[in-house]
Amino acid sequence: MKPAPFAYVRARSLDAVFDLLDEHGDDARILAGGQSLMATLNMRLSAPEVLIDINHIDGLSGIEVNNGKVRIGALTRHNAIAASPIIAEHAPLIAQAMPHIAHQAIRNRGTFGGSIAFADPAAELPAVSRAVGADFILQGRNGTRTVAANDFFLGLFETAREPEEVLVAAEIPVIPANEKTAFTELARRHGDYAIMGVAAQGSADGGNFSNIRLAFFGAGDRPILAQAANAALEGQPYSDATVAAAQEALGADLDPMDDLNGPPEMKMHLARVVTARVLAELAS
Amino acid sequence: MDKNVDISLTVNGQEVTRRVPARTNLVDFVRYELELTGSHVGCEHGVCGACTIRVDGAIVRGCLMLAAQADGATVETIEGVSESTEIADLQKAFHERNALQCGFCTPGFLLTAQELLSQNPSPSRDEIREFISGNYCRCTGYQAIVDAIERVAGERQAAG
Ligand SMILES: Cc1cc2nc3c(=O)[nH]c(=O)nc-3n(C[C@H](O)[C@H](O)[C@H](O)COP(=O)(O)OP(=O)(O)OC[C@H]3O[C@@H](n4cnc5c(N)ncnc54)[C@H](O)[C@@H]3O)c2cc1C
Ligand code: FES
Ligand code: FES
Repeated sequence: MKPAPFAYVRARSLDAVFDLLDEHGDDARILAGGQSLMATLNMRLSAPEVLIDINHIDGLSGIEVNNGKVRIGALTRHNAIAASPIIAEHAPLIAQAMPHIAHQAIRNRGTFGGSIAFADPAAELPAVSRAVGADFILQGRNGTRTVAANDFFLGLFETAREPEEVLVAAEIPVIPANEKTAFTELARRHGDYAIMGVAAQGSADGGNFSNIRLAFFGAGDRPILAQAANAALEGQPYSDATVAAAQEALGADLDPMDDLNGPPEMKMHLARVVTARVLAELAS
Repeated sequence: MDKNVDISLTVNGQEVTRRVPARTNLVDFVRYELELTGSHVGCEHGVCGACTIRVDGAIVRGCLMLAAQADGATVETIEGVSESTEIADLQKAFHERNALQCGFCTPGFLLTAQELLSQNPSPSRDEIREFISGNYCRCTGYQAIVDAIERVAGERQAAG
């Protein structure tokens, strides 16, 4: 299908974006990589009056590391992140997730910020952001504010971003020397959205798990930090009993939806499978 | 607000200037405005890869990018890379290995394979499969496509 007619504006500055958002409110939509937005427009799931293209605003893309934090500009393309030595060294969980996100041609356009702002519960980066403890920087006409990834995802495709704000960057703590990462997802075809997946970061120093963050995607209406399972792992050695306790605790954490991929029972089973895999990897 | 936009871009080496409805996507633009019908339209939501086009040197989904966004860009379609003979070896290998039947998917596969080989001159079969995972073929079963790409990788390596 073709989208309903709309106007297109190539914004050159954030102020221009704020002006257009003020003027058009709900009828305007920010266009980043377009890899989710264009698909929804083509399917006429939404019909905005104006698209505000942010691809030509200076300073919105790039990756740098400063004061113990990796900063990723919202407009940074998936493939730039996948190729970044900074990400590979300082935020390896993000590097591990990248190859699972869509396909080459889509990764050439899709952006980090678009993925976070879109907040698909089956997408990799929102869950990864929770596991690494990312902060998101939101900018409005009157300044910027920071929202932790853990407070950002409010529901199905719903976030703490106000309609008149632009997500400008994410800041991720450089991985501490004692922490490791693991990432597993199950999808029908390589690059598809996950049926179930988990991103994990934390310490297994000295043989005991500590400060493990398991963050699930495809497991509910938003990315989920598995607090009960994470608590069950604290201070425990890697063993069959520890894995079983974490798997058991997932019942309190996850709430998978019944959808085309299958019923909640099947997804809970898959959640236990991916949990066992990442714990084995963290312990190895 | 005006729902049309004026755009100027380079398509297959030629300067093109047009006024188009803002909602026109890039693949419809090259097909209907420029009559370059080698790029195909399948799903129109990013899943099949039939609409693959190269913009500023990198492949994109022609159905998920607006023509308006290509203002100022350098665009190459399957017609352009065919005429320049850049992918002549891939085309020959696809033909000889029966890596196409109806041919609907083929332009997308060729452009995707070319980007793979430009980034990774000697990919494994698994790497080939992963790279073409975003392109659907309803006829061949993919095996022959992987064979053809693998063969060209070998030939190009041998040729240095
Ligand atoms: C076939 C297919 C398969 C895919 N598979 C996956 C997958 O497996 N995993 C995955 O994670 N993603 C997948 N994607 C989605 C892809 O990663 C998108 O690129 C991403 O979700 C959205 O990023 P974008 O830059 O394209 O955003 P857009 O599509 O441009 O925007 C998405 C939404 O976010 C808003 N927005 C964008 N940027 C900002 C900003 N800076 N500030 C405020 N609002 C903003 C837009 O207004 C819009 O509502 C897939 C897409 C396709 C077409
Ligand atoms: S038509 Fe663009 S991906 Fe299918
Ligand atoms: S040859 Fe027919 S779809 Fe691929």
